[in-house]
Amino acid sequence: MSSLQSSSAIDLFREQILAASKNKTPLSIQGGGTKSWYGNANTFTKLETRSYSGILEYQPEELVITACAGTPLKEIEAVLAEKNQVLAFEPPHFGDGATFGGAIAAGLAGPGRISAGNLRDFVLGARILDGKGQDLSFGGKVMKNVAGYDVSRLLPGSMGTLSLLLEASVKVLPRPAATTTLRCPITQARALQLTNEWAGQPLPLSASCWIGSSTGGDGELTIRLAGAAAAVKAAIPLMGAAVNVVELDPSVADAFWSNLREHELPAFQNLNNNDTLYRLALPAVCGPLAIPNMNDQLVLEWHGQQRWFTASGDDVTFATVKTLANANGGHATRFKQGAHVDPNQQRFTLLSEQAHSVALEAVQARLKASFDPAGVFATSRLP
Amino acid sequence: MIPMNMVIPPPELAAITALQSKLVSALRPILPEHALLWEPEDTIPYECDGLAAYRRMPLAVALPETEEQVARILKICFNMQVPIVPRGSGTGLSGGAMPMSQGLVLSLAKLKKIISIDPFTRTAVVQPGVRNLAISEAVAHLGLYYAPDPSSQIACSIGGNVNENSGGVHCLKYGLTLHNVLKVRGILMSGEIVEFGSLAPDSPGLDLLAVVMGSEGMLAVVTEVTVKLIAKPKLARVIMASFDDIEKGADAVAAIIAAGIIPAGLEMMDKATTRAVEEFVHAGYDLDAETILLCESDGTPEEVAEEIERMTKVLEQAGASGIQISQNEAERLKFWSGRKNAFPAAGRLAPDYYCMDGTIPRRNIGTLLRRIQGMEKKYGLACLNVFHAGDGNMHPLILFNGADQEEWHRAEEFGTEILEACVELDGTITGEHGVGIEKINSMCVQFGEGERESFWGVKAAFDPEKLLNPDKAIPTLNRCAEYGRMRISGGSVPHPELERF
Repeated sequence: MSSLQSSSAIDLFREQILAASKNKTPLSIQGGGTKSWYGNANTFTKLETRSYSGILEYQPEELVITACAGTPLKEIEAVLAEKNQVLAFEPPHFGDGATFGGAIAAGLAGPGRISAGNLRDFVLGARILDGKGQDLSFGGKVMKNVAGYDVSRLLPGSMGTLSLLLEASVKVLPRPAATTTLRCPITQARALQLTNEWAGQPLPLSASCWIGSSTGGDGELTIRLAGAAAAVKAAIPLMGAAVNVVELDPSVADAFWSNLREHELPAFQNLNNNDTLYRLALPAVCGPLAIPNMNDQLVLEWHGQQRWFTASGDDVTFATVKTLANANGGHATRFKQGAHVDPNQQRFTLLSEQAHSVALEAVQARLKASFDPAGVFATSRLP
Repeated sequence: MIPMNMVIPPPELAAITALQSKLVSALRPILPEHALLWEPEDTIPYECDGLAAYRRMPLAVALPETEEQVARILKICFNMQVPIVPRGSGTGLSGGAMPMSQGLVLSLAKLKKIISIDPFTRTAVVQPGVRNLAISEAVAHLGLYYAPDPSSQIACSIGGNVNENSGGVHCLKYGLTLHNVLKVRGILMSGEIVEFGSLAPDSPGLDLLAVVMGSEGMLAVVTEVTVKLIAKPKLARVIMASFDDIEKGADAVAAIIAAGIIPAGLEMMDKATTRAVEEFVHAGYDLDAETILLCESDGTPEEVAEEIERMTKVLEQAGASGIQISQNEAERLKFWSGRKNAFPAAGRLAPDYYCMDGTIPRRNIGTLLRRIQGMEKKYGLACLNVFHAGDGNMHPLILFNGADQEEWHRAEEFGTEILEACVELDGTITGEHGVGIEKINSMCVQFGEGERESFWGVKAAFDPEKLLNPDKAIPTLNRCAEYGRMRISGGSVPHPELERF
């Protein structure tokens, strides 16, 4: 992209922001629109970022890539793959057109999150337009930087409610030298116990997923080992000593992890029009939970810290699920809703429903007002 | 009582003394006698942190022993509009805990309990005054440890680590404090207790924990930290590689990363440093080498063997003139002893040294080192270079004699020029030491007016009255304007390409 094109794209964004500020017509930022169903519903004017696309800087030995928000995520992953590097947090695409900016704004991570860290951990710097149309840069392109507040790390998961992300620099990692996927039949309780035990040992455990019946009985645990070839090889018999594992064919394994990340496994596919896909985030200590009225299959990721299931999409169910999550020190999200579920329902556990949060609500409101005094980015997608 | 080392005009002095009496009277009912200091002979140990060049006496020092006392102190100061400077172990190197003459120093040193350790969830809950190394020591029997290991880890506290987002030799592979803390409980200046982060991963909403990390005690006072523990590697070995050319050494750093290896540690020392430390520790360093690289591998024995072999090949290809691999733990520690003792060794070469902290992309390490060589001539001062090469975090040690005021100013200017070079080379003015009071002017070089305004917005979101460590890290517009004028000499502004005002 020539500098003329990029600066004209930014000028257009700024004009949209200033007009929205003047006319009090809030904007909803959109990249590829592949996650437009995520978060609270809104009907604001769209500000589309795909016109601002391109990789600005990538030097493999620096382990950093800098790209425009509208760059297709696929393009970034392909460029990294050429140099045998990856986005270690494995962001879900949820569709072909997913963009780099959209991935950061959504802040979601895939199966590797449990070993590699979340998306926020990898963000090093960002260039934004704030609600006043100011072009601002925070953070940078180096791993260590404590100059000023870490504003760039406030953006992951902010869902475009704070500013318009123009560019970001993220840390990348080498693709592990070796990867193996193992599978075994196992109960939910035993899977939770074992994965957490393994995680406390020096083993190259990179991801885990248990899928089974909602009653918590039999199911199947799939685990991914990734690291030095010798370490992966040495870990297989260690795990095999605890459970009867089989090694999956690499192509079957790759398809499994990719389908899990993209919610394309059968467990995610039976979303009835009246159902909602719920996400539970829980502390590592949490054992099996009895969830009333959920559908047949339950998916546990991140050694049990992220759990997925579908159930009726009404407010009564969400209230029950939130209570259950809160009682166990976690929180619940209505992640994706069926076509017949009321789109105006609240999708998140609110700050006010969490402990010690009254003061934090005020902090969050002041932060938003500081970056966006006129409420340009009041997409309401995030409470 | 009058702060001793300050020359204060009489009317102001009267006002300070009056404020001090008022503050002490207000704090006395909530603190035991030994936990409140205001006589100069008691408060003088708090006049500076690890950066002794900047000193100031506080109005008083409070040493609370419970979270409740911290909250009450904050409320009292909030109501009296008295600023607070939080302090951990005082090992900071940028003056982040330097007192304010009209403010209270709030030491968290007495909050030093390890509240709980959970081997199953691999977490520990600790109070802010717990020393970094004490966490790893407390969980060693479980085969676990806390990864970030700043060089000051024997003394520095976890609360300070949170406020500086500390790293260390192993952060290339294991991350900074940010990556190893799950939750921080703290108190806002208004006295309200809050919790940032969660044990449940990736809560929806703005990630306030991320912005509290590295906030230099300006957003909240930390009272409890939940850290992530990780499995202790079974084995660690280190390669010591010599290079007869500094650029070759710098290129070898990039080559290791480009080969897809993330070493547990990747550190570099230049010839001047090697010579200084060899005399001090007798580690058997190659004294003819222009630079020495230390590359550590850790993990299972199989993993380490494989990685050491791969790294050795890369280093050979990069033109290493000598390679030694530690054969046992004693030898590994011997190889590291020089790197770990670089600072005290520098202290033997000159009455004082000024430790800088800037970060640049790895590819620019050679360029910066060459520029520093030029600056040594320009300022007439020697500089040792020892640094975290793996993440481009440089720690030039400028040698000077502090008794000579003119020489100290030269050292300061030398340091500032290094930081400006870091910004110019696509880096930053501080990797891990913080901005504090030391680098506040350099913030004007790295950030424009809009960014600085946003920082003040963040500050105000947490602390609207600007009472928590308010004179640190984020410069005011006036300060930058003054600094800008100060730096213009002979009509030539350094780095004219950088946005000014």
